[in-house]
Amino acid sequence: MTVAALFFYVFASICVASAVMVIASRNPVHSVLFLILAFVNAAGLFVLMGAEFLAMILVIVYVGAVAVLFLFVVMMLDVDFTALRQGFLNYLPVGGLVGVVFFGELVAMLMVGAGALAPGAAKAITDPIPPLADVTNTEALGLVLYTRYAYYFQAAGVVLLVAMIGAIVLTLRHKPHVKRQNIADQVARTKATAIKIRRVKPGQGI
Amino acid sequence: MNEASALYPALPELILAGGAMVLLMIGAFGGERATSPMLSYAIALLVVAGLAIAAMPDERVALFNGSFVVDGFAKFLKILAVLGSIGTLWMSGDFLADPDRRKFEYSVLILLATAGMFVLISAGDLIALYLGFELMSLSLYVVAAFDRDNVQSTEAGLKYFVLGALSSGMLLYGASLIYGFTGTVKFAGIAQEAANGGIGLIIGLVLLFAGLCFKVSAVPFHMWTPDVYQGAPTPITAFFASAPKVAAIAAFVRVSFSAFPAIAAQWQQIIIFVAIASMALGAFAAIGQRNIKRLMAYSSIGHMGYALIGLAAATGEGVQGVLVYMAIYVAMTLGTFACIVSMRRNDKPFEEITDLSGLARTNPAQAFVLSMLLFSLAGIPPLAGFFAKFYVFLAAVKAGLFTLAVLGVLASVVGAYYYLLIVKIMYFDEPAPAFDPMGNALRSIVAVTGLFVILFFAYPGPLVEAAAVAAKSLF
Amino acid sequence: MASLWTDYIWPLLVIVAQSVLLLVVLLVAIAYVLYADRKIWAAVQLRRGPNVVGPWGLLQSFADLLKFILKEPIIPAGANKGVFLLAPLVSCGLALAAWAVIPVDAGWVISDINVGVLYIFAISSLGVYGIIMGGWASNSKYPFLAALRSAAQMVSYEVSIGFVMITVLLCAGSLNLGDIVEAQASSGLGRLLGAPWLTMLNWYWIPLFPMFVIFFISALAETNRPPFDLVEAESELVAGFMVEYGSTPYMLFMLGEYVAIATMCAMTTILFLGGWLPPLAVAPFTWVPGIVWFTLKVLLVFFMFALVKAFVPRYRYDQLMRLGWKVFLPISLAMVAIVAGVLQLTGWAPAPQ
Repeated sequence: MTVAALFFYVFASICVASAVMVIASRNPVHSVLFLILAFVNAAGLFVLMGAEFLAMILVIVYVGAVAVLFLFVVMMLDVDFTALRQGFLNYLPVGGLVGVVFFGELVAMLMVGAGALAPGAAKAITDPIPPLADVTNTEALGLVLYTRYAYYFQAAGVVLLVAMIGAIVLTLRHKPHVKRQNIADQVARTKATAIKIRRVKPGQGI
Repeated sequence: MNEASALYPALPELILAGGAMVLLMIGAFGGERATSPMLSYAIALLVVAGLAIAAMPDERVALFNGSFVVDGFAKFLKILAVLGSIGTLWMSGDFLADPDRRKFEYSVLILLATAGMFVLISAGDLIALYLGFELMSLSLYVVAAFDRDNVQSTEAGLKYFVLGALSSGMLLYGASLIYGFTGTVKFAGIAQEAANGGIGLIIGLVLLFAGLCFKVSAVPFHMWTPDVYQGAPTPITAFFASAPKVAAIAAFVRVSFSAFPAIAAQWQQIIIFVAIASMALGAFAAIGQRNIKRLMAYSSIGHMGYALIGLAAATGEGVQGVLVYMAIYVAMTLGTFACIVSMRRNDKPFEEITDLSGLARTNPAQAFVLSMLLFSLAGIPPLAGFFAKFYVFLAAVKAGLFTLAVLGVLASVVGAYYYLLIVKIMYFDEPAPAFDPMGNALRSIVAVTGLFVILFFAYPGPLVEAAAVAAKSLF
Repeated sequence: MASLWTDYIWPLLVIVAQSVLLLVVLLVAIAYVLYADRKIWAAVQLRRGPNVVGPWGLLQSFADLLKFILKEPIIPAGANKGVFLLAPLVSCGLALAAWAVIPVDAGWVISDINVGVLYIFAISSLGVYGIIMGGWASNSKYPFLAALRSAAQMVSYEVSIGFVMITVLLCAGSLNLGDIVEAQASSGLGRLLGAPWLTMLNWYWIPLFPMFVIFFISALAETNRPPFDLVEAESELVAGFMVEYGSTPYMLFMLGEYVAIATMCAMTTILFLGGWLPPLAVAPFTWVPGIVWFTLKVLLVFFMFALVKAFVPRYRYDQLMRLGWKVFLPISLAMVAIVAGVLQLTGWAPAPQ
């Protein structure tokens, strides 16, 4: 188990350090790259917990797709972060206070809450639903996601559909004078429509 | 076959979600041509969904391990929400006629928002509650910014989105605290564990209520309302003021009574404060307004305060009062907004209160109905609005909340001032140029809601009884 | 102390030895794959290709290697130095990391994880970072345009690759690459025809033929191979994201690219061509070790990669996007539904383990 513990500390400390660098680094692109590093290390932590499916999905979805687009935007926008950082010190006390309060509540909940209020609850939270020894966690997720939680799953799907429709409605503009390729038209072109045979007499133009 | 019939209680949701996807396909492949009939398809779908709800039995049915609950309460409020959505679509014809805004997605988004309201009204646990909220709100953010070349509309959408995301965050944080302290997300399970009390649970409850207050735009989470109401296109403002309010109030009531009956004394205090603050702000802040949509925003903040009085009573009668209040509120709001939508000259919308001056001379019929609606909003007997207030105040008094009831009456007296001011402007000021003639759709909404408001006192039985039946299903 | 040796150090040494062996073999193979690529290209164009260094030019790749290593790396003054140097390392390191889960024969795999397919998918989706970081850090316009192009291109084609993988997973009932190969051994078309020894027909390339084609084309796009090499299109962007690179960093980029191509060929082999299985389960074929079959199949797929590069003219960018989003995405999405439906209705779906 020492190796697992060792890896845990490696992943966890790199994760926390890169999370700090996300907000501390001067260059926004570096921030995003550190964010990606944090994601990858979080995936490593998932693997240590035996949740390999979640780990891979985290890498595929967040690192492979979301963060790429994010990086894309940050590179294109050329955000001036020094200007954004102007108010940082002003907001630090309030923000810090809110953070401390929230953190304290979480700690209170983890230390006393679940056990104190509902004796069975702490176990219900930590217990995986099917025993992990019998099925791989991909299968375990599949077994509950489409049966017990089918309703949430579908509702979440509809929420994403709305987000997609919204993005399209608010941003898509059909510009009138853009030439577009229509493959069907190109394929449907025949000799009759494409060329015209003219007899050109020698010494004369058309 | 058996599995399919087990889904019968969720039929209205399936109709709306499935129908919205079919309409999306029709719109995507049909292009420009498909846009104009889309509105009527969407209305037809809503009507079908409404009929499906009406045909449901009254008994409580729980699906999907109790995350989806259908009972009399859900039926009543879902029908109300459907009526709000139908009214909105009905009055959107002119708004969508503009070639820049001729987009079929509008109807689809309204349908999906309504589906979200259904999920919210039927929520049986915190996750379904959150999903319903997000489905509803996300659609609303988009329709708020729907007039995307208009700076005000874009601002409304952005403001609504940013503050809405904040409120969702609070709601989620509250939900996770509640889950952490009780170990369950099911309302029934929380109700059992909540009996043990605990400060952590109450912090969670407060955060959850903060999120809910944001959606019903109750003070102190009302700050988005005036800007969003003013900026969003008018039919969409009508939508914001009607159906989503119904759904959010439904969630409020259901969470309070099915998850936290054991600590009613605690949440009563919160609701009482919120109700008083909302009524007071709605009454005083509206006085200085010049833009009628902004005024309606403050008016709706005040009305949510009155509706919450019924919840503060924490009794079956209180819930009945809330239901009656919401039904009458939806009717009054739709009628008033139909009048505001019709404030157009040469196809340009006008929104200042002074634009209404002398309406009694240029269009006496509209002026009469509008003033009836305004009187009703103010709560003057014998119009419907009076009965709405009467039932919630009665419930509050019976529950021993005399101060709250008295403050409510005082606030409605102050509120009456600005409603009457509009009536005075319509009847006694020099006439402004006449508005364009009203379309048939708007005329029908104004007529129906006007008749409802005026004649409610003659035959209040069915609505009050239905509300009583619905309220009983929660206890 | 003894347990330290048996529990930790010995397994570690075994893994290191395995990895080193795999990497050495892989890198030498890549050298010849590169050589083959150039030879095939030349043959199509009726040229002779590399033919000077060593007999028939066989040592050409090693000469190139020496040339790149001995050159001076140049870092542009305006470049973001750290990211500039990190980019080729990321590109090459990730490409090599993918081979940790690829089974080259029954049980011959460094890490036999449950979610092998997802691991490969994750690694190949990370591949875009090398390009995007290199393009941005160069602080130059052409590389930056190339980085943007590659980001959009790779994200788009990952979607259809993902769906293709899902259809295979549905048929195989496992995310483990070894299990996917084994699933192709026992049942399939050959068995249905009453000829179980015709294992060739059992492989998924026949029942999932449309997905096989989509996977092959998407793999070309995912690895920025011609005709989808818009990231380094020399007629438009000089050399794309590699404009500012030279010497060893450039070599690492090229190496990463070819390793990624080899990975994609191996994935095609595993998902559709039965991995290390012999094409016919009868005597002379079954005597040949699985790794030989695996290598032959990978080379066959690579041969197709090389031919496509030689034959097909480069796509225009809008055509590339159209193909990805409007052709492959709907088809593969529909195929997921169709395959799942067929498996469910016919009862061919693999039983949960």
